[in-house]
Amino acid sequence: MILYDYILSASCYKVRLLASLLGVELQLRPVDFHPGREHQGAELLALNPAGSIPIFVDGDLVLTESAAMLTYLAARHGPDWLADADARATALQQQWLAFSHRLTAELGGARLVEMLHFNGDLKALQSNGIAALRELEAALFARRVAGGTFLVGDGPSIGDIACFPYVALAPDGSISLDPYPSIRIWMRALRAIPGFIEMPGIHRLHELAPDPFAEAPS
Amino acid sequence: MTTAAVRNAWYPVGLLSGLSLDGKSSLLLGEEITVFGSRDGVPEVESGGRALPVVQRFGHLWTSLGYPGKDLFTIPEADHPDRTLVDVGVVRVKCSPLRAVENFLDIAHFPFVHTDILGAESHPEVRDYKVEIRDEVDEVWATKVEFYQPQAAKSAGGGITTEYMYRVPAPTCCVLYKTCPPRPGEWDVIALFVQPLTEDLCDVWPWMALFDEDSTLTELIHFQQLIFVQDRSILENQIPKRLPLDPAMETPTRADLTSVAYRRWLKRQSYTYGAQLVAE
Repeated sequence: MILYDYILSASCYKVRLLASLLGVELQLRPVDFHPGREHQGAELLALNPAGSIPIFVDGDLVLTESAAMLTYLAARHGPDWLADADARATALQQQWLAFSHRLTAELGGARLVEMLHFNGDLKALQSNGIAALRELEAALFARRVAGGTFLVGDGPSIGDIACFPYVALAPDGSISLDPYPSIRIWMRALRAIPGFIEMPGIHRLHELAPDPFAEAPS
Repeated sequence: MTTAAVRNAWYPVGLLSGLSLDGKSSLLLGEEITVFGSRDGVPEVESGGRALPVVQRFGHLWTSLGYPGKDLFTIPEADHPDRTLVDVGVVRVKCSPLRAVENFLDIAHFPFVHTDILGAESHPEVRDYKVEIRDEVDEVWATKVEFYQPQAAKSAGGGITTEYMYRVPAPTCCVLYKTCPPRPGEWDVIALFVQPLTEDLCDVWPWMALFDEDSTLTELIHFQQLIFVQDRSILENQIPKRLPLDPAMETPTRADLTSVAYRRWLKRQSYTYGAQLVAE
């Protein structure tokens, strides 16, 4: 399985992250996205006419949408991550995967303008990004009140992985996450899953301060 | 505040490989500039109808709003023909340009911000090192800096104790020389060139001159962007936003000797753009 990858791309990171959580090894092929714009070059356009990354290749299967890559990895290596126990869960999973595209376009768009000199209407991207964050916060709050931690089902699923990176990187586009406590608890839970890996701008969970009441190790 | 030292300094404003013939708008010290590529001649930078001086060096275009009294510094080590020269590309950071330089000079954050790459949480100690302001060249130098690094460079196979030298040849530029895993005895050169857009916003242009025959250029770019963007979120959250030059503002530790010398050197030449002179 080959992933055409860029270290600063949150969409590429989604695939790297799920692969790590599932213990699956990916062969990474670095793409000079910035400053080289290699994704717009002939070789990669032949693989993905949309001119976007990531691109995922497994034998004769070529995937160009990160949600499809997550679905494929989960279906093959960790079906629990599909969270498709019933019709309702299956539909909600699709809803969150689709919702993640809004996060990519708006929060990701603001980040590209603010960080890497891309063109775009920053104010509009930020406003739309904040609207999406407010929706996510409301949904996660409702989940918490009902006793859940993640978006669909009892455990983490591909919907969480699809939404998490651009949310966590919202500050890169000058959007604060301070107003969203449910989102922050959800991110904390995702970062605590064994096998979690970081990307630049998303730091790993450093160990919490030692418990002052714990007995000293003998 | 733009003092003579601020206006007369050289600043990076673009990658020579990425200039636009139509011109690209940017900011320098809060003033609007336009950077033009050139098909056959010398690139141009214009501000308010005035042509600014330019220098092409280290893969970047440099300019000044004032009248630089001296040439842009050189990095003789980088001229070796076997080195791979890496244009890493710009990253915009909402921080003081001086904060960006100071962070680059700091070693103590490696285990916590660049965990398992430039440092390990199990090895946080910064050993003694030597810092001086070299008056004859008017530069800040830190030498004999040693640090344990799990993956010091793209070319490093595993954990090694890396030796560093830091050099501040201009107020918004810093160059670090570090142990070069494939060529003992030589130094890898990694530089950070900072374009001050305003006092709390900057464009950072990292650049490298490395001995590395095994990694692709893209892999080298990714490695440096990985490191620098790990710093970015930290830089954007530093308080106060502007670098305090008043020694009463912050209490340094021994590990901060380079930073102390850098601040003292800035103050001595009245380089105050992005700095805070008195406690607020």
